[in-house]
Amino acid sequence: MATLTRDDTIFPPPLVAGDPTFGSVTDTICRIVEKPPTIPWLVAFGAASTVLTMLLCAIAYLFWEGTGIWGLNNPIGWGWAIVNFVFWVGIGHAGTLISAVLFLFRQKWRTAINRFAEAMTIFAVICALVFPGIHVGRIWAAYWMLPLPNQMGMWPNFRSPLLWDVFAVSTYFTVSLLFWYVGLIPDLATLRDRAKGKLAFWAYGFFSLGWRGANRHWQNYERAYLILAGLATPLVLSVHTIVSFDFAVSVIPGWHTTIFPPYFVAGAIFSGFAMVLTLAVPSRKLFGLQDFITVRHIENMNKIILVTGSMVGYAYAMEFFIAWYSASPYEAFAFVNRAFGPYAWAYWIMVSCNVITPQLFWFKKIRTNIVLTFILSIFVNIGMWFERFVITMSLHRDFLPSSWDYFSPTLFDWAMLIGSFGLFFTLFILFLKFLPAVAIAEVKGVMPQANPHWEGYHKHAEGGAHHG
Amino acid sequence: MADRRRNWGLLAEFQNPARLLEAAQAVRERGYTKFETWSPFPIHGMDDAMGLKGSKVGWIVLAGGLTGMTTGLTLQWWAGSIAYPLVIGGKPLFAWEFALPVTFELSVLLSAFGAVFGMFALNRMPKPFHPLDRVKRFKKVTDDAFFLTIEAGDPQFDLDESRKLLESLGGTGIVVVEE
Repeated sequence: MATLTRDDTIFPPPLVAGDPTFGSVTDTICRIVEKPPTIPWLVAFGAASTVLTMLLCAIAYLFWEGTGIWGLNNPIGWGWAIVNFVFWVGIGHAGTLISAVLFLFRQKWRTAINRFAEAMTIFAVICALVFPGIHVGRIWAAYWMLPLPNQMGMWPNFRSPLLWDVFAVSTYFTVSLLFWYVGLIPDLATLRDRAKGKLAFWAYGFFSLGWRGANRHWQNYERAYLILAGLATPLVLSVHTIVSFDFAVSVIPGWHTTIFPPYFVAGAIFSGFAMVLTLAVPSRKLFGLQDFITVRHIENMNKIILVTGSMVGYAYAMEFFIAWYSASPYEAFAFVNRAFGPYAWAYWIMVSCNVITPQLFWFKKIRTNIVLTFILSIFVNIGMWFERFVITMSLHRDFLPSSWDYFSPTLFDWAMLIGSFGLFFTLFILFLKFLPAVAIAEVKGVMPQANPHWEGYHKHAEGGAHHG
Repeated sequence: MADRRRNWGLLAEFQNPARLLEAAQAVRERGYTKFETWSPFPIHGMDDAMGLKGSKVGWIVLAGGLTGMTTGLTLQWWAGSIAYPLVIGGKPLFAWEFALPVTFELSVLLSAFGAVFGMFALNRMPKPFHPLDRVKRFKKVTDDAFFLTIEAGDPQFDLDESRKLLESLGGTGIVVVEE
């Protein structure tokens, strides 16, 4: 059993395991990028890009034929496209939470996983943006979403939450990309300075913008990074709030509720952290990053899943309570129909994955078990997709029983859902190979020897141990 | 000096962040102003040791945010009330409540542009070439090396005196960097 020594309390355990030096951190992380692609990487890339090709073919057919190739019908005008959109936007939010919110709270353990999580955010938002983009039907008119001067003299309706969503998600994408890129600049400079080949030197040199680590540059850089974190924090809350307005501002039973914004934000963080774990657990093994992404990181993320999962469970209960308390027969029907109607199977998948699964993380043994964490994180991913499905399917029994219908996905619905994972993983696998997967400069900054007073502490600690 | 190129300044390497911090403090106390420290990560307390004033990035962000806010409000009011008036449910053509989300998003967007591009501008980036690129050892600055430079343009600069100062502070591998 590990006992806490006096030195542990004064000098907390290091964030990077294995007693590294600055040089060994650079080497470990850069070597992943510098060595030629491995067979598992090539296999993974081949598989992901094949699935991506399927998505592109399905989209091409959609443009040719129209949205009728999906399983949409009269009451259900929003099918899997919006389900996938909300699912992917939600996945992205954990990345921003790790990079921005935990940064503001000075949670230094985030440094090992933030690059990773930010990349996930950007790729998830790209996947999300595909779906409203292709759902417009007349793709050649997609630019009507933007307030652009045109010969018809028409302007978009700024009262529509769908237009707010255009601004929210595109701002979110742009700011996430900038935040990620700013974080990458010093590490791209490291890769530039280590480059053996001409192409690598020019490519990393171009994107590192001539970074040389001057302290006057670090000063502006750190301030810009802090401000970006401060901007991204309210931004991430606003984005999923506005995504929930897509539903909540409409007058549909089961959608028109004030609980939606906080409930959507909690669900987004919940699903996003699950996705970070789904990606981090195999990657740390594959690339030998166990010293950087330690069990402590995994346990901390599981705790966040427990908290946000409990919030989501509370929201499910509260929705039912308010449906009864509102005394609106339509509200009550919408919820009873969710739990016991034709989509009861989806509802109970959602409840088992999102309410029961996270509660297992009360146990430290489960939180620190890598295999179980991976399996449970996939359950959460599935559960959160079903949450959006259940919400969207509220449409299937509207106010007029004669128009009730049942949504069945077609081959193309499936091709696009699975294909979006192909897009996501293709981008992610390319990222792992060509960019540093762990923030090198930031990790060095949280190592004990980065502290200018480290020598003093170090001697003191050693001296103390002798006398103690 | 028979050099065809002018001196840019002196470069010295230091063992670790603590040594670099002490050296920066000492160089500053000798009255140097055009000196710089170079490190693979930001060093806590270095801004004070070098006597730097706070970063100006925040002001650029403020300007960006206010521009975004003004643009958002003006765009929504002008588009909905002047350019293309749409009466929806008999409601007024403009109200700040519905304009809030888009105004907020545009403020954040332009603030972020201010933070990133403001930082680039203040740092004079991109900077494809710098005299220090001539020093092969300097490539280690993005790995695990810590450097201090004194520019020849500093009024206090004297090749021999400054070199001796850097030596006395524990600087190693001191070289003259050409312009």
